[in-house]
Order: sequence, then structure tokens, then C-alpha cells
Amino acid sequence: MALGLSLTMLTLIVLIPLAALALRAAALGPTGLYELVFDPRVFAALKISFLTALAAAIANAIFGTLTAWVLVRYDFFGRRIFDALIDLPFAMPTAVAGIALTTVYSPKGLIGEWLTPLGIKVAYTPLGIIVALIAVGFPFVVRTVQPVLEEISRETEEVSATLGANRLQTIFFVVLPPLIPAILTGFALALARGVGEYGSVIFIAGNLPFKSEIAPLLIVIKLEEFNYAGATAIAAVMLAISFLMLFLINGIQSWSQKRFGHG
Amino acid sequence: MADQQTAPHRGRNAVSEPTFVRWLLILICALFLALFLVVPLGTVVGRVIMAGWGSFAETLSESDTQSAIRLTLAVAALAVPFNLIFGIAAAWAIAKFEFKGKTFLTTLIDLPFSVSPVISGLVYVLLFGADTWLGPQLKAMGFPIIFAFPGIFLATVFVTFPFIARELIPLMQAQGTADEEAAISLGASGWQTFFRVTLPNIKWALLYGVLLCNARAMGEFGAVSVVSGHVRGKTETMPLHIEALYNDYATDGAFAVASLLAALALVTLILRTLLEMKFGAEVGNGQHK
Repeated sequence: MALGLSLTMLTLIVLIPLAALALRAAALGPTGLYELVFDPRVFAALKISFLTALAAAIANAIFGTLTAWVLVRYDFFGRRIFDALIDLPFAMPTAVAGIALTTVYSPKGLIGEWLTPLGIKVAYTPLGIIVALIAVGFPFVVRTVQPVLEEISRETEEVSATLGANRLQTIFFVVLPPLIPAILTGFALALARGVGEYGSVIFIAGNLPFKSEIAPLLIVIKLEEFNYAGATAIAAVMLAISFLMLFLINGIQSWSQKRFGHG
Repeated sequence: MADQQTAPHRGRNAVSEPTFVRWLLILICALFLALFLVVPLGTVVGRVIMAGWGSFAETLSESDTQSAIRLTLAVAALAVPFNLIFGIAAAWAIAKFEFKGKTFLTTLIDLPFSVSPVISGLVYVLLFGADTWLGPQLKAMGFPIIFAFPGIFLATVFVTFPFIARELIPLMQAQGTADEEAAISLGASGWQTFFRVTLPNIKWALLYGVLLCNARAMGEFGAVSVVSGHVRGKTETMPLHIEALYNDYATDGAFAVASLLAALALVTLILRTLLEMKFGAEVGNGQHK
């Protein structure tokens, strides 16, 4: 009975609506879909969404791994608060993050004011999109790497040190390799989130077509023009990308299970 | 958290870094966190304080703001219990029974996490919108979905769908079925077993899932934005109202409403940290895996 109930709810809320989208996209036909997706403005928006999400995910992979390391290995004043703050982007509504980041990074804002003399413009440029995506995607890598790092035995590091490796060698050849699946999983999650992100980006992006207009915003614009076919086509491409990402994450995890014995 | 393993290792040894490297790394991370999270959050608080109590009270006394707050509370009050029922049912089915396609079902439950919020709203427009067969019929019967409360409710349920289920599934799987089997063999009925055995075992993880689900339900922007129609005082939720105020250059008002949602996020985080400290092993298993 529990299974029946959950299956019914799942079908009604998630599966039927997604199937409706797939059907509407299929009804456009291959050529129709192709024309809508390769429309210059649509293609530019998809490219901007993907590239900014990629840049943000790379930044988060690097700083997220570093943060996980600091949180697991070092003991310092305020570590618990630091740890709790990591999840802030998960709890913070995107619209709130959006207006706050825009205010901070605008030319007269708290941080923007320091960047302007250096010739760096963040708000209302693609760089602003990256900043917003770093902010919302930050927890993913930290939270996937942290538990793996906690479980890694320190004995292998001791062995490595006794065998004459220096600390950097130990970190890059002994500690880092088993963390790679977790880093990649977090990276893929951050990337997937970044490609679809809307609320935190639209305030800071400036939303200029061909320059700083993201794909989710273009869906909203098409809908406002009652261009359902156009909106459906963009959504279908984005969904395909995120399913690919989901597939990738599962692949990484089953590979990691075999290679390192943890997911 | 595994505090035992993170015990301080002071002094130089082969499996740690020199003190100045440690402090440098901590500093880099703290700076990163400050630039992207703490300063923006501080700005919300700072702007509200600078604008003063009068401005804050004025925004909150506006009828549009109040109606946005009421709508947000109403949506959450329906969406959270809906997901609570689904979450318990799905976790119960997955953890306590064996059936084919279980992994596939778990993947399907996680699906909304990998869908853009805008698409989560779009799918309902494609089902019930003006150019569909169903939408205009329902509207003619006096039950509009899109640009009305039901659409906002559906979009919110979609984006928060996995929260409670994925919080419960790992815990219930870890607990196994031994307790339930004992209860049944002692003569308890199915519902008795559920309320007296299963529910007490999962209550903290459940609370944790409800907290996260609620925070997301109240703060959802993209999905709700697509289906709402943005009618002030009618179909505008709090996040949408923030956008409207901000775009009208009523920045103080936007930050006043934003501060309420930021406070909700902070309370959620604090409660979750307390729950994790107290019941670390039980809660927090289902996140981001």
C-alpha cells in the first residue's frame, strides 16, 4: 500500500509532467527542434549557461576540496560555525541570495567598490553569473568530499612518509587519488545545479541577449511571449544535459565503488 | 562529524603540514566563504538595519507584503504535509520491502533535484496552460491551475518532492525490519507498528527533513515564478514579492522581505546543526549523496 501510494504521487507530480514536456518536445519533430535550439539567441544562452556553470563548478571543486580538507584535518576556533555556514546556500532562498550578491558586487557595493578600480566588473556581466553560481554551488563538493576524507585512514599517509615521500608527494599521490570520485561527483552536482539555476543569477547577470542571458531566463521570456514551442525546445535540451549529468554521477559512483570501495 | 579523527595534531610531524601552511589554508577558505556567503548575508542584515525600523515596519504593513506572506505560508502548509506523506510512504516501501526496480525508483525520486526550477514550473504550464486541452476546461469550471494557487502549490511540491524521502530512506534502510517484525509477531497491527515502533525510530530524521523541505518550499523562486503570473496581492509569494520590490527600486522593502526569509534560513540551519550535534548518527544521512 505504501508502495502504491508513493508510486501514484510520484507519477502524478513528477512523471506525468515530465512526460508532457518530452511529448511536446517530440511533437516539434527533429527539424523543428533543431531550428529552435540552433536559433542564435537560444544557442548563445545555452552556451553562456553551460560555460558559466562549468567555470563555477571548477572553482568550487578546487575551493570545496580545500575547505573539506581544512574542516576535517585542522582544529581551529570557530570550526563548527564554519562547518554549519557551508550549508547556507542550501537553506537560503535564491532570490535573497540574488539581490544580496548584486548589492555587494555592484560597482558601489561593499566588494564591488574594491574591484572597480582594478578594472574588474562583476555585476551585470558574465562574471557576475559565475559569482552567483559559485555561491549557490559551493556546498556540493565540500559535502561529497568531507565524509570520504573523514573515513580515509591516516596510516597510508604514515606509510608514505616512512617510505620517504615528502608531504606534498603524499598529498598528491596518496591522499588525493581516492578523493577524486567524490570531487567529481560534487563537481557534477554543482555543474548540474549551475546550468539550471535561475533565481540567484537573474538579478546579477544584467540579462543582455548574446552576452549575459542564461537559458532558464530565455525559457521564461519565451513563455511570456506565449512561445510554448521555443520554451519546450530549450527545456528539452537542458533536461537532456542534466540527465547526462545524472548518468555521469552514477557512473562515477559505481566506478569508485569498484576502484576504492566507497561511493 | 568524526571529532575523534579530527583531534588536533600540533607540532611538526610527517603526516601534517607546518603551522603557517595550516593557517594559510584556513585563511583562504575563510576568505572564500566570506566573499561568497558571509558578506552577502551580512548585507541583508545591514541594509535592514540602515533603513531603520520604521521602513521595515512600513513594508511589512503593506497589504501586498502581507498577502505575499500569507500565500507563502499557505503554500508551505499544504506542500510540506503532502511531501511528508509521500516521504514516509516511499521510504517505508523502499526500506522495508523487497521489490524489483527499487534502485530505479530511488533515482526517480531524486529526479526533481536535477531539473532546473524553471523547467519544474514549465512542465505544469505545458500540462495546464492556455494552449492545452485541459487548462481552459478547468478554468471554465472555475478551477484555474496556472496563474493561480493550485499551480504554485504543484510547482512547490515538485521542487521539494525528494527532501523528506531521501532523508528517511538511508536511516530506515540502516534500521532494518527487525523491530517491526518483533512488533507484528507480538500481535501489533500494521498501523500500531507504524505509530509505536517505526515513527519513534525516525522522528528526528523526519523533523530534519521537514525543516529542509519547509525552507525550500517557502523560498522557491524559479518554479513558482513561471506558474504564478505575478499578480500583486494575489499570486505573489514572498520571493516573488522581493523581486517585484527590487525591480521597482524599492530596495529597502525588498531587503525587508528578504530578511524574513534569510532569518528562516538561519533558523533552519541552527536547528539542523543542533539536531546533528544531538543525533548525529540518525540525521543528515540522506544529504547530497
